[in-house]
Amino acid sequence: MPELLLELFSEEIPARLQRRAADDLKKLVTNALVDAGLVYEGAKAFVTPRRLALTVTGLPGRSPDTSEDKKGPKVGAPQQAIDGFLRGAGLASIDDATIESDPKKGDFYVARIDRPGADAVTLLSAILPKVLNDFPWAKSMRWGSGSFNWVRPLRAITATFGAENEEPVVIPFDSNELSAGQTTYGHRFLAPEPIRVRRFDDYVTALERAKVVLDIDRRKDIIKTDAEQLAFAQGLTVIADEGLLEEVAGLVEWPVVMMGTFDPSFLKLPEEVIIATIRANQKCFCLRDASGKLAPNFIITANTEASDGGTVITAGNERVIRARLSDAMFFYAGDLSLPLEHGLPKLEDTVFHAKLGSQFARVERLVKLAGEIAPLVGADPERAKRAAMLAKADLTTGMVGEFPELQGLMGRYYASAQGEPADIATAIEMHYKPLGPTDQVPTEPTSIAVALADKLDLLTGFWAIDEKPTGSRDPFALRRAALGVIRIITENGLRLPLKVEPDLLDFFHDRLKVMLRDSGARHDLVDAVIAEDSNDMLQIAQRAEALSTLLSSADGQNLLAGYKRAANILAAEEKKDGLNYIGTVKQDALVLPEETALAFAVDAVHAAVAGHVAKDDYKAAMAELATLRAPVDAFFTAVMVNDDDAAVRANRLNLLARLRDTMHLVADFSKVAG
Amino acid sequence: MTNRPSYMDPRNSFQGLILTLQQFWAEQGCVILQPYDMPMGAGTSHTATVLRALGPKPWKAAYAQPSRRPTDGRYGENPNRLQHYYQFQVILKPSPSDIQDLYLKSLYAIGLDPALHDLRFVEDDWENPTLGAWGLGWEVWCDGMEVSQFTYFQQVAGFECNPVAGELTYGLERLACYLQNVDSIMELNFNGGTGDDKVTYADVFLQNEQEQSKYNFEAADTEILFRHFADAEQECRAILHKGAQANRQTMAIPAYEQVLKAAHNFNLLDARGVISVTERQSYILRIRELSKSCGEAWLQTAGGGAE
Repeated sequence: MPELLLELFSEEIPARLQRRAADDLKKLVTNALVDAGLVYEGAKAFVTPRRLALTVTGLPGRSPDTSEDKKGPKVGAPQQAIDGFLRGAGLASIDDATIESDPKKGDFYVARIDRPGADAVTLLSAILPKVLNDFPWAKSMRWGSGSFNWVRPLRAITATFGAENEEPVVIPFDSNELSAGQTTYGHRFLAPEPIRVRRFDDYVTALERAKVVLDIDRRKDIIKTDAEQLAFAQGLTVIADEGLLEEVAGLVEWPVVMMGTFDPSFLKLPEEVIIATIRANQKCFCLRDASGKLAPNFIITANTEASDGGTVITAGNERVIRARLSDAMFFYAGDLSLPLEHGLPKLEDTVFHAKLGSQFARVERLVKLAGEIAPLVGADPERAKRAAMLAKADLTTGMVGEFPELQGLMGRYYASAQGEPADIATAIEMHYKPLGPTDQVPTEPTSIAVALADKLDLLTGFWAIDEKPTGSRDPFALRRAALGVIRIITENGLRLPLKVEPDLLDFFHDRLKVMLRDSGARHDLVDAVIAEDSNDMLQIAQRAEALSTLLSSADGQNLLAGYKRAANILAAEEKKDGLNYIGTVKQDALVLPEETALAFAVDAVHAAVAGHVAKDDYKAAMAELATLRAPVDAFFTAVMVNDDDAAVRANRLNLLARLRDTMHLVADFSKVAG
Repeated sequence: MTNRPSYMDPRNSFQGLILTLQQFWAEQGCVILQPYDMPMGAGTSHTATVLRALGPKPWKAAYAQPSRRPTDGRYGENPNRLQHYYQFQVILKPSPSDIQDLYLKSLYAIGLDPALHDLRFVEDDWENPTLGAWGLGWEVWCDGMEVSQFTYFQQVAGFECNPVAGELTYGLERLACYLQNVDSIMELNFNGGTGDDKVTYADVFLQNEQEQSKYNFEAADTEILFRHFADAEQECRAILHKGAQANRQTMAIPAYEQVLKAAHNFNLLDARGVISVTERQSYILRIRELSKSCGEAWLQTAGGGAE
């Protein structure tokens, strides 16, 4: 069956946009094919820095003929209605329509509209230019005198269609100043000559001969394997970096991996600095020796096979890295020559937010808040205040100015270097964490105090100026901050009620719900343990877990059924009576043994559960509740609530209310589905 | 590479590099201009780029432009940073379809052999907030070193560029360090001479770096600079007002020169450290507003394609 080959040959496509573009190309073309009635067997898209390519196999030569019956007006309907029907159906005369009978509606006209299939090449010549025009580039541009937009100038289009054993045809279409053809080009320097391509098979082979590896995943494999081999030969290992690997594979059509070295004296720099320098500026991989220490080597991925075997390229890269590391050394030495506090006055000139003052004002708030939180989390207030005072000081250092992603980390190095205690140095680094749902959470008390202060100040500050996240807009990463607070509290088992305004508390509830649901908790269970004023995140999480355990047992399920029954009866009767039963059970009004048994059981359980809840032992509380299953079941089997004697009835309803309230000590079971 | 004496070879001579680029681009039909006679932060700010990029008229030009960045001064002590350095600037409007090949040929002309070097086009989106300009393109890498900026202008002074100009900017000192294989700009051989005839970059510019750094960071009278900034802003508007005639503008270029003055004064104030972060943004906006007015004015002149 025929297949389609499409290649969009352009100037260099940004690496970070490539994979998405290949996916989009495949989706846009195949969706349009299906919409046009051209079903296909397989499709695969490819991308290199200079080309987007797509192969679609198993296509028909034509789209199938189709027909449709279009219902019209009744026989004898006004001429106007008939004329409209004829126009809509494309019929010349009403004689071309058939008449169908319906027992209810009578006779009416039906037009049969036949749509003959179309030639696939013709359809494609309309589909492809539309795909090009509608392509969803995140950022695109114009060039020359044209008005067409593409990510970078588009220079050639190959579009062929045909079956395996025949000469394919070029799909005729134009885009901007280009016409589709069957000529592409190889590697920019190693094989720039035009290549005539026919189908996907010879296209891939020809490109490979012309020093282009079409598949980005193969390029990644080549880079990874070759890098590991080069490293192995020197007794080194490559520091894995998937993001960098993906980016580098998007910068080359013909990856050639080589190793360079730098002066070991640069190893005096913190290794994170060396890695950041070499990664961000040079897109090279770093290496470790057998003992795990950073090695004075790096891996270059060039895009060419140099005639000298790469000596000049390696020397050039080494030269640039030497200059970069010298700069880093200069910043590092400069930063170390001054105490961290030296940077604080400069924070006064740095605006944190127009309405929330300078970074220094923020530091002052952090110091105060960290000091207040410290005793609640087992930290020394003075140590927490000192750590908070220094937490942002590295923002003014040369190194963080050059590499903002090293914030916190450099603060730790500089604090250690000036003899700050270890917990303070650690807190300076850790106070930014966690940066997301999987990032490390601070565990040392000083770090916890400053990390909580940092996030709570952020949240209360932006709440105060009404800059809350809306929809997908969260420019100050407040959701991340709230989640961070929750994770620090729950994962460290902290009893730390959040004293914040109701709207912000509600925001915490939302983040906690998302977190619990993501970890597999049921929606309804989470809702059942969060009340409007629940400000203890640990307690909520513990309740949710205990509730989930209870409900996964048979006793729990039965108890829930009994609870629902009790709650339904109560609701109905309270409505009827126009009053609320408050659970005052009179011993002398108990008639049947089953109600007496339940009354005593509920009393005992109520006391026990209250005791457990006071100690935040929700597991024990739930286990205690589970013991109610038998007396509840027995009660509903033997006892008729709506007794003729009003006093007996009221007492039984009070007993059910008492049961409900007892269970509500642990969770709002009315919100539990079941 | 054309045959040229060793003292003109870009691998031995800083001026040889400039002369080779000039000759190459002259051969491509560019007008070869001399530097603009006013301080500016980048070759882009030359009227031959920023104004000529606007409007329908074709334009091809190349020139070396001294670029002044007061905050980058290091008293001549940093091997790679200067407050005064050269950019070689090429503008081709509309951008020709073989612009990448032309650019690469210019690299071959200055001695970078593609058989030996790894040349790469790495994404770089360019934006100049004071000019209200942006474009898409790349940094061009040679063996991991950025040797040029390559930009397709999309907007200048807030106006769409149509046709689109391609802009090539070579950082000459850095490129020369690579070609001459020296680690510090000050060590560059400026004239290609040998022995007593050799003139280095330090011979030409070290004293300038020292004195200008001292002026920029320590001595410039900030009160006067603030005043000059305000004067330039006021004069720019006044010129545009006086130059407006019906739908035409008769003094777009003099008005734009006031933008250059305002921007340079702002850069000096920035180097003196008297502009806070919040004020900084508002100064940038003020300059951008002036740039936009001048771009609009240029479009009302013959050069800007007004009928």
